[in-house]
Amino acid sequence: MQVFTDIFSSDNTRFLFAGFLTTILVSIITVLLSIMFGTVLALLRNYAGKRVFGKLASVYIEIFRSTPLLLWILICVFMLPFSTALGRGSLALILYTSSVIAEIVRGGLNSIAKGQFEAARSQGFNFLQTLWYIVLPQCFKRIVPSLMSQVITTVKDTSFFAQFGIAEFFFNAKTLMGILPQKITITTAHIFIIFGFIALMYFLVNFSLSVIVRKCSKGDEEYQFYSE
Amino acid sequence: MGGPFSLRRWARLFADYTLFLEGLGVTLLVAVLALFLALVLGVIFGLFSTSSFKSLRAVSRVYVEFFQNTPLVIQIFFVYNALPYIGIRMHEFLIGVLCVGVYHGAYVAEVVRAGITSIPKGQWEAARSQGFSYVQAMQYIILPQTVTIVLPPLGNQAVNLIKNTSVLALIAGGDLMYRADSWASNGTLSYGPAYVVTGALYFLLCFPLVKWVRAHELRIKDRDTRQHAAARAGA
Repeated sequence: MQVFTDIFSSDNTRFLFAGFLTTILVSIITVLLSIMFGTVLALLRNYAGKRVFGKLASVYIEIFRSTPLLLWILICVFMLPFSTALGRGSLALILYTSSVIAEIVRGGLNSIAKGQFEAARSQGFNFLQTLWYIVLPQCFKRIVPSLMSQVITTVKDTSFFAQFGIAEFFFNAKTLMGILPQKITITTAHIFIIFGFIALMYFLVNFSLSVIVRKCSKGDEEYQFYSE
Repeated sequence: MGGPFSLRRWARLFADYTLFLEGLGVTLLVAVLALFLALVLGVIFGLFSTSSFKSLRAVSRVYVEFFQNTPLVIQIFFVYNALPYIGIRMHEFLIGVLCVGVYHGAYVAEVVRAGITSIPKGQWEAARSQGFSYVQAMQYIILPQTVTIVLPPLGNQAVNLIKNTSVLALIAGGDLMYRADSWASNGTLSYGPAYVVTGALYFLLCFPLVKWVRAHELRIKDRDTRQHAAARAGA
């Protein structure tokens, strides 16, 4: 029990939860912006494929899908001249996640029967109205499971930031492991409990997300797209 | 040394190109071995999750949920930093293969499970009633039929696996990303060329797979529409 009181003193707990809060906030912002940007990319690639912007969207998606996230984090954190490390890292995560979400949204768009489009147009909806009122709502309903598994992946991906001095959850936990030996003699139990706590926190967030999705999407399982 | 992409930086990079090739070799080797491990684990746990034994299903559930819901970064740091405290020390290369393989095994298990459950139960019952054992029915009847449908998601997993081998860079694993980053940050600071070349190499590994997956998905969709059309014409 001494081990627990060593690790989870009120200062340490506050420190860990501050990092945890950053992780959650960064995840939420990243997911929201990536869904917006990813949807734009998907629409461009699907409905403007022959025009310049459609082609650019295709190239963007292909490049980001075929290169590791870590590469983009390194590029943004070390080479961009503006903002803080947190801002640049989040930018990298948003750029990367958008490309994955774009492909998920495209899968949803392609699964919608052509007749929906034709019916809407014949009722006098213009192209954008058709997308906004008819196609996108159905598309998003169908891709909820794949989208959620990408949200989970994004939460996990924020742990890359720890390597770049960005004070998110894993970084703070690693920092704690670094400063604990100055105050107490650290044992194997300390290290294992801290790692266990880190894994538990990520697990709680992600597992609850996956349970919520499974509850909501009972019966819609044929629309799984198996993104990571 | 001029701008971040100046000619002199490129010249330096091409003088040290063997370093990048070595890194690429390590990345490829880790990816191939980890993919093999992931496939083996995936098939085993995929079969567990469709088994009639509750305990096997539970084991598979725990494995899949744990590895899908915790970050690979944490898993690799646990093996690298915490396991030595209890006397388990492994080479970074082995850590890479194990961690990436076990992590993606959880995803492959879900793919295999979905593949098996997509085959109508009648196939299974027919095979068993003809005297096939569990292993025979799986080996000759069920699993071969799942191959076509599980290949696209498995291809996606392979792409993600190749990209995820880059976590080795975090523990100085000598892979492509690590070599590139340490080359750039050691004195020359030629980040620009290093990252462009690294990105291009990863792209060369992953893009053919991505293309193949998309083509294969289209073929399946095509086949399904033709089958539906044929069924309707027959009825």
